[in-house]
Amino acid sequence: MFTRYLFIFLSILAIYSAIMVLVSKKPIHSVLYLTLTFFAIAGHYVLLNAQFLAVVHIIVYAGAIMVLFLFTVMLLNLNKEEHSPKTIWVKAIAIIAGCLLGLVLIGVFKGYEIRASADPMISQLGLVKNLGKILYKDYLLPFEFSSILFLTAMVGAILLGKKEQI
Amino acid sequence: MTLLITLIPLLPLLGFLILGLGSRTVPKTWTAFIGPGTILISFIFSLIVIFNFHYFTLSPFHHLFSWINFNGLSISFGFLIDPLSILMMLIVTGVGFIIHVYSIGYMKGDDGFNRFFSYMNLFIFFMLLLVMGANYLVLFIGWEGVGLCSYLLIGFWFKNQDFNNAAKKAFIMNRIGDLGFLLGIFLIFTTFNTLNYPDIFSQAKNLPAGDGTIIAITLLLLLGAFGKSAQIPLYTWLPDAMAGPTPVSALIHAATMVTAGVYMVARSNILYALAPPTLAIMGIAGLLTSLFAASIAIFQNDIKKILAYSTISQLGIMFTGLSVGAFTGAVFHLTTHAFFKALLFLAAGSVIHALGGEQDIRNMGGLKKTLPRTYGCFLIGALTIAGIPPLAGFFSKDEILVNAFAFNHVIWFFLFIATLLTAFYMLRVLFLTFNGKFRGAANPNDPLHESPRIMIFPMIALGLLSILGGVINLPELSGGNASLEKFLSPVFAASKSIMQYKQPVSHSTGWILTGITLLGVLIIGYRALIRYTVQQKGVFPDETKKLFLVNLISGKYYIDELYDFLFVKPVLWLSGFLHRVVEIRLIDGIVNGFGNLVIRTGNTIRYLQTGNIGFYLLMMILGIILILLFNVVI
Amino acid sequence: MITLLPSITITDYLIFCSVLFCIGVIGVLIKRNVLTILMSIELMINSINLLLAAFSAYLNDPAGQIFVFFIMVVAAAEVAIGLAIVVLIYRTTHSIDIEVLNKLKW
Repeated sequence: MFTRYLFIFLSILAIYSAIMVLVSKKPIHSVLYLTLTFFAIAGHYVLLNAQFLAVVHIIVYAGAIMVLFLFTVMLLNLNKEEHSPKTIWVKAIAIIAGCLLGLVLIGVFKGYEIRASADPMISQLGLVKNLGKILYKDYLLPFEFSSILFLTAMVGAILLGKKEQI
Repeated sequence: MTLLITLIPLLPLLGFLILGLGSRTVPKTWTAFIGPGTILISFIFSLIVIFNFHYFTLSPFHHLFSWINFNGLSISFGFLIDPLSILMMLIVTGVGFIIHVYSIGYMKGDDGFNRFFSYMNLFIFFMLLLVMGANYLVLFIGWEGVGLCSYLLIGFWFKNQDFNNAAKKAFIMNRIGDLGFLLGIFLIFTTFNTLNYPDIFSQAKNLPAGDGTIIAITLLLLLGAFGKSAQIPLYTWLPDAMAGPTPVSALIHAATMVTAGVYMVARSNILYALAPPTLAIMGIAGLLTSLFAASIAIFQNDIKKILAYSTISQLGIMFTGLSVGAFTGAVFHLTTHAFFKALLFLAAGSVIHALGGEQDIRNMGGLKKTLPRTYGCFLIGALTIAGIPPLAGFFSKDEILVNAFAFNHVIWFFLFIATLLTAFYMLRVLFLTFNGKFRGAANPNDPLHESPRIMIFPMIALGLLSILGGVINLPELSGGNASLEKFLSPVFAASKSIMQYKQPVSHSTGWILTGITLLGVLIIGYRALIRYTVQQKGVFPDETKKLFLVNLISGKYYIDELYDFLFVKPVLWLSGFLHRVVEIRLIDGIVNGFGNLVIRTGNTIRYLQTGNIGFYLLMMILGIILILLFNVVI
Repeated sequence: MITLLPSITITDYLIFCSVLFCIGVIGVLIKRNVLTILMSIELMINSINLLLAAFSAYLNDPAGQIFVFFIMVVAAAEVAIGLAIVVLIYRTTHSIDIEVLNKLKW
């Protein structure tokens, strides 16, 4: 019961802050609301026995990505209010499209019988040790490639950001 | 022996290959030996063959290889050696050799010397296949091949577009006849289930006379013969074919190719004997052609065209001879015609050569003194064709006339008229060309000279053959022994037994007929002599209004214009229509239309690229929604 | 450590993640600020991560969580590059409105 209430609370928190990301006028508020959403999702990870993932999620997203966003907003002084938003027609169509997508997805999922049940559930699944074993044994190649991907992204970001001619 | 017989057509083929492939590299002196040399060797081999045939027995069939073996259809490639084919072989190689030697002198300065001899050798090869073939298919190969060589040789001087048109006309008219011939061969195969001569003829003997299939077969084959031998209605190509060099006219359009039709009918004499309606059609057409062409020849002014119409007329006489059952007579006339017509053409070529290309007889005259040897040969040829005894033409024509009289008096009468016309126009040419004063433009740089010896000797050889040629078939009426008739009798024996309804002619009637013919020819000859030497009529271009009939005949009865109106113009209209409407509008329209469709679609769709990122994102989301929907719903 | 009572089914997670995803989609379509659009994309990625982890828990298969790792790797790299591009855009056009970037049209 406790977990159920926790689940509902975390879900409502996440959805509320997601909507506030869209609704707020200043970009800096959107950034902060997004960070709150990330924390709620981290809570969900803990509920799902993915402890390692929860911690990594907070470190990477709330700690790195949101900080990058904050840097960009503050250094370029982008905190001006958004003026002349899109026309009401575009907004209406966008909201309708989004809700349509949601309806389709929910309709799909409710229609299918998803045979995923949790007995018996392995509680040791999300531990670092187990995840590490699988990561380095079965998924070694993608792991190594992701390091190259990071290298590429780093080089690209630096190249793009330089002011003078290269 | 088979090897020898195979070599007879193969040597000219070899000559063709050597001279054709080396047409730029083989020196002219070599060509002068290779070209006629192969024909000479073939002629010698043919003499060996006839020697063997006469004194020893010779198997008639010489199979080379089995050619088509398919599902009940079995055709072999082989040669048939029987009297008729031996006779034709000798004519083809003998006269061919003589004309080849003449061509060495005639074509001496021409750039296409090697090409000429290669084509001539190829022609001899195909003609030999035609006459030596053991079944209708080998005949047809030769048939088509001589048509091809005729095209190549008529259009020999291809830089002139008129000559090319004449070559095309000859080939196309031949093809029309060949269609009939091919249908005839198909019908023969479905009826007799074989294409070999002896099998067909032995089966045909058992069929009743007047069988519908036989009539159809013979009519179709006759169509082919008319195309090849220039009878009505497919004759208009032959006068135009005079655009080729004179040796070509002599060999192909006088002595050999145009006689292929007569040979084919003579070979299939059984089938024709069994089909009296076809014989009637052949006779009427031959008679009509003969009179028609002879009347046109009277008013022509080009020496070669006169000889061309004369050929058509003589072929008509040959076909009439075939139709009344005078098979031997027709073949005999074919032989003597080869001699004297080739002689006449070669002499005409000598005249043209001496005058530097002048062919209009109104610009000639008085050449008796300047070209005496040519005059002598032409005189012999003209007298032979007119039918003056004891030259060869008298005997051959007489044989046909006598048989025609035995068959039907009316036919005899019209043939008699044709003979008179022949004498008239031939003597007209003779007198206008050689007698009187020279009317042409004299060229001081190149005075008229006699042709070189290499051109004179062949003419003399043909002259001798024309004089002595009658010997081979002196009729029994005059006490001869009719050797040709006996020689050819195995070939025509079966049809003779079928066509027994004609009564033989008595001796006295035969003498009377001969006398009447001779008298008529002499009277006409005298009239022509007066008219053209003393009165000098028809020598200068005449501006006075002529009678309607004279205009009509001078215009060759306007048959060319009629064909042009009936056939050529509609086909041209149709092809123009197909080009403008179907080709350009329809087909190109469809093909280009695809391209235009793509361009126009692109022009319309590119307005979707608004550059607005929000729009793109919206489209993406909509696309995802659609994909999900389709995956679930469908 | 904490075992889930079967009262929370996988369908609940599915619905929740779908809602989050759609909110992200709406954000991408509505907003004009480039940064806000990038943030909405992050929101979408996160919802998918959560769904993958949920499936991994309910199917006892750790492959789902491994996949979440790699998605995070890619998301981090993507944000880095994306922000560099935003900086470039700001330098050339002095605005971060996506309506300004409409030169690539017909």
